[in-house]
Amino acid sequence: MTVGDEGTPGIERTVESVFREERGRLLASLVRRFGDLDLAEEVSSEAIEAALVHWPVQGVPAKPGAWLLTTARRRAVDRLRRDKSYAARLAVLQVEADRADPVAPADVGGDLPDERLQLFFTCAHPALPAEDRGALTLRCLAGLTTPEVARAYLIPTATMAQRIVRAKKKIRVARIPFRVPGADELPERLPGVLQVIYSIFTEGYAASSGPDLQRLDLAEEAIRLGRILRRLLPAEREVAGLLGLMLLIHARRAARTGSDGEIVLLEDQDRGCWDRASIEEGSALVLTALTGGPPGPYGVQAAIAALHDEAADVATTDWPQVVALYDVLFAITPSPVVALNRAAAVAMRDGAEAGLALVEELDDEPRLRGYYPYPATRGELLRRLGKFSEAAAAYREALVLVGTEPERLHLQRRLTAVEAGGAG
Amino acid sequence: MKYMMLINAASADAASQCTVEDWMVYDKQITEAGIVVASESLADLTTATTVRVGPAGDRSITTDGPFAETREVLGGFYVIDVPDLDVALDWAARCPGARGGGSVVVRPIADFGV
Repeated sequence: MTVGDEGTPGIERTVESVFREERGRLLASLVRRFGDLDLAEEVSSEAIEAALVHWPVQGVPAKPGAWLLTTARRRAVDRLRRDKSYAARLAVLQVEADRADPVAPADVGGDLPDERLQLFFTCAHPALPAEDRGALTLRCLAGLTTPEVARAYLIPTATMAQRIVRAKKKIRVARIPFRVPGADELPERLPGVLQVIYSIFTEGYAASSGPDLQRLDLAEEAIRLGRILRRLLPAEREVAGLLGLMLLIHARRAARTGSDGEIVLLEDQDRGCWDRASIEEGSALVLTALTGGPPGPYGVQAAIAALHDEAADVATTDWPQVVALYDVLFAITPSPVVALNRAAAVAMRDGAEAGLALVEELDDEPRLRGYYPYPATRGELLRRLGKFSEAAAAYREALVLVGTEPERLHLQRRLTAVEAGGAG
Repeated sequence: MKYMMLINAASADAASQCTVEDWMVYDKQITEAGIVVASESLADLTTATTVRVGPAGDRSITTDGPFAETREVLGGFYVIDVPDLDVALDWAARCPGARGGGSVVVRPIADFGV
């Protein structure tokens, strides 16, 4: 170590921030050239190790991303040459890489081409099991380590490692291509990518008490992925819609839980705690998402979220508009969950009785059986109508089904309140 | 990259939604695309016989059936050589056997790096 100890942490921080920003791009470039996620990850790690050795001595290069890519590519070629089982493949790969990418970037100094879009589509490929897609996206595009991904999904590291290995193996062996679908396939494939990002977001947003902070990180990770995707596909309005939706929901994070960690419903939240900058950014994205063609489901959901976020309180929320947007959403994605949310909005527009009638129409909907928001919504409307004993029964039903602690706490409080109200 | 498409009919004798002409059109398309390595249509399932050899080398020969009408049965296969999974999946989706409750399973053929 020829460099003073005080210099190293600064360099490490630089390397870390560079690596965090460049990792996805680096991986995408390497995967594109070598067709092997494992190899790409290994040589990426080696390149970062090399950077930690060289940069403190030689200084951080002007284009750190290009430096890392060049180093990683050389390591990959070395490795392929050494490894007999790869030797035959190397020839094929280089021919294919040259054909696919005849103008390779200059070895040193060139800007990295952004190939992350290919990686997004690969990680979200429908041939991969749905539960692996989010994990792989976090690992490859967000740059989380396997233990971090495991923590995010609250499963053991070993299990997550197996899942990631399995997914990477399928990509390699079945040869899932690294490519952006053509314009004709994009409408079919893009929703899958958006779904992966949104499921990462909701996983982070359904925060439970213990690993609370980590899961908010996850929501932020999803927003970061949404921003990358938006930069890569600026013309896709649903990408704008999804990013807007996540920002508008995330804006309420500080007000969403009470002092005991219980969920606080939208109407009871302290709107002073909402993040104004996120709301503004999200609302602007809603305009983009809804302009210039028929709206998509994320754009419409974002528009609903924007109406909530922009209202000063529940009373002045534009409920007729909210209901109208739910009508549009139901027309695009008819589902009992959308119908339930619409019923709740109707209750705000026309009164609890009108809402309850709609909720009860959904009573024999099999897809709502076991879905705790259904009895919870019914309990809420019955409570507002003063039918406390019926409300209590509905809350008890919801308590059996509820999954997370903050939601359980909220329901328990409501139950205690209606039981007292019913008795008094 | 070679893939096998295993064509499973919805059941042994369900009223098929695709006609012989559909199959002929598909077979012509896939053959003219120049990607077919091998393909066969299997004889009726009632003609199948299963052989098992036990740990002691004891041989048992069985005939399954009569067959439950809801069971999917392997009716034929194609082996195709295409650049990647997406292309294979496109050909599988065009196969008449994928319609009407049938399915086509796409399996990559193991490459031992020969």
